[in-house]
Amino acid sequence: MSEARKDDTILDVKNLQTVFFTNSGLFRAVDDVSFTVRRGETLAIVGESGCGKSVTALSVMRLVPDPPGRVVGGSVTLEGTDLLSLDEAEMRDIRGNRISMIFQEPMTSLNPVMRIGDQITEVLRLHQEMTAKEAWAKAVEMLRLVRIPEPDRRAHEYPHQLSGGMRQRAMIAMALACRPALLIADEPTTALDVTIQAQILALIVDLQKKLGTGLILITHDLGVVAQTAQRVIVMYAGKKVEEATVEDLFENPKHPYTRGLMASMPAVISFGAKTDARLNEIPGMVPSLTNLPPGCAFAPRCRLAVDRCRAEYPPLQEVDGDHFAACWRATELVGVP
Amino acid sequence: MFAYIVRRLALMLVTLIGISIIIFVLLRVVPGNIVDILFDAAGFVDPTDKANLEKELGLNLPIYQQYLNWIGGLLHGDLGYSYVSEKPALQEILPRIPITARLAALALLFSASIGIPLGVLSAVHQGSRLDYTLRVVSLSGLSLPSFWLGLLILMASVSLFGHMPIYNPNPATWTEAFAIYAVPAMAVGFRSAALTMRITRSSMLEILRQDYIRTARAKGASEASVNYRHALKNAILPVITVIGIEAAFLIGGLIVTETVFNIPGVARFLVEALRWRDYPIVQNLVMLIAVVVVVANFTVDMLYAAIDPRIRYGD
Repeated sequence: MSEARKDDTILDVKNLQTVFFTNSGLFRAVDDVSFTVRRGETLAIVGESGCGKSVTALSVMRLVPDPPGRVVGGSVTLEGTDLLSLDEAEMRDIRGNRISMIFQEPMTSLNPVMRIGDQITEVLRLHQEMTAKEAWAKAVEMLRLVRIPEPDRRAHEYPHQLSGGMRQRAMIAMALACRPALLIADEPTTALDVTIQAQILALIVDLQKKLGTGLILITHDLGVVAQTAQRVIVMYAGKKVEEATVEDLFENPKHPYTRGLMASMPAVISFGAKTDARLNEIPGMVPSLTNLPPGCAFAPRCRLAVDRCRAEYPPLQEVDGDHFAACWRATELVGVP
Repeated sequence: MFAYIVRRLALMLVTLIGISIIIFVLLRVVPGNIVDILFDAAGFVDPTDKANLEKELGLNLPIYQQYLNWIGGLLHGDLGYSYVSEKPALQEILPRIPITARLAALALLFSASIGIPLGVLSAVHQGSRLDYTLRVVSLSGLSLPSFWLGLLILMASVSLFGHMPIYNPNPATWTEAFAIYAVPAMAVGFRSAALTMRITRSSMLEILRQDYIRTARAKGASEASVNYRHALKNAILPVITVIGIEAAFLIGGLIVTETVFNIPGVARFLVEALRWRDYPIVQNLVMLIAVVVVVANFTVDMLYAAIDPRIRYGD
């Protein structure tokens, strides 16, 4: 890691561990995950449902529902402040102010009985010294910034009067109102129409560039990753299994799981062309987090697995410059289809 | 919205006409009228005297004629004369209304101001010792009949203070006024408070799981703001429904409570009038209660639209 990059770091997560205590036992939703986000950078976190992406984000926000969940280890440092050591009141000053979050479901993430303008005003008044009037003007300005037509009128409306795309824009306006250093977008486009998805994504990236915000983009859509991110981490069963720049990852995936994800992406076929190629899938199921195999969690589904994979967990190691993977066979895999 | 309100008001009128017929018929289906009661007590009497008295009170007319006379009078503000006191029914009823209204308002205020915050507290601390305690107390509220609770309170006040609150139309001090009104109001409102608490709790538990509550936390809102500003406003609709229904049920509770605490309100008066088959008093009082219930329902529906922007009537 070069010096220049270190200076630019806004978020530094080290060995984060979040566990859930449930009736069926303890499970490690996030197990020893580390990553950094630089100013203005987009880091994508990719993985299947239940791999720990969202819990990682909630752990950074310290919003993991407790009980049953708890962050039990590691550190989360935002602009030099260790978030895990703050008390709840200090943490509230950070949330919505220095770190904001956009959620997957714009239909249910806005309060149905509050006007859009009031919901944006609230975050401004919580964190900035503003009169109600100033905050309202700023809220309207934010709605204009996220390209909602007629922001003056829309600010007076309730969530049910807005379309899904419009609500997500309002969420973005709310998240960026205090100019946070870091924005976490948890599957921000999953619940939207395909045509709207691209617009919302373009809007997030555009505003991120304009405001210099660091962005953690959580998604299971590798297409989204290719369009927006600079760096990617791939998670599987609560662990980080690969980290690389986006070009490197797409050109030269090292972990068999990443390869599987890429192979299962549908290729765009030109109109009229006939193909009988079946979409690839990764065989088997994501293992239950309460009952993980002793070795690599992916081994039971991996067609390259050897005895060692099933016995010992592979550590995350640098396989190429700035490209990390947790696989015993990562270095052998060059050129293997 | 306007068209809806007009339609609702028309419907309320139809409901009230229906209720008036039911009240009227039911009262006369019950065997024995005031003349029977008076003359039975006197032993053997000349049947012509009895017939004369019935004629004087209009009880010999066909039922539909009696009904039309009553409604015709109502429309002119003439409620008839009490059979017992021979005073105009309006004069008998009117001065008693504020007493019962005060009791009922206090009881509702008590149930909302106790039930809602405790319900929120119970939901926020779900599964804690506090939650269990509150739930047990609320269960007792639902199971204790208000007359028994009233008796317990009276007995407790006698054994603790050596006397019990006695109704006085012009209380001299605030403490006396409090003892006269607040104590019976609490006795009758305990049940509503318990019900309100339970509904608030379950409604809050449902709302606290919603995505927008997580959003509010992610904005940096405090727990109090999350619970009251974001959650309670969404959770309050079913609570309002329950309070509206309780407002109607309250009359039933007040009948016994006014009797236990010896308060000369409308509810106790109704029972006395019923005993004497004092038709003008009973039918007008029950009609008054019906109007209160219908208006309470209407108010609840209007409050819905005021609180939840998604509810719009008549579009």
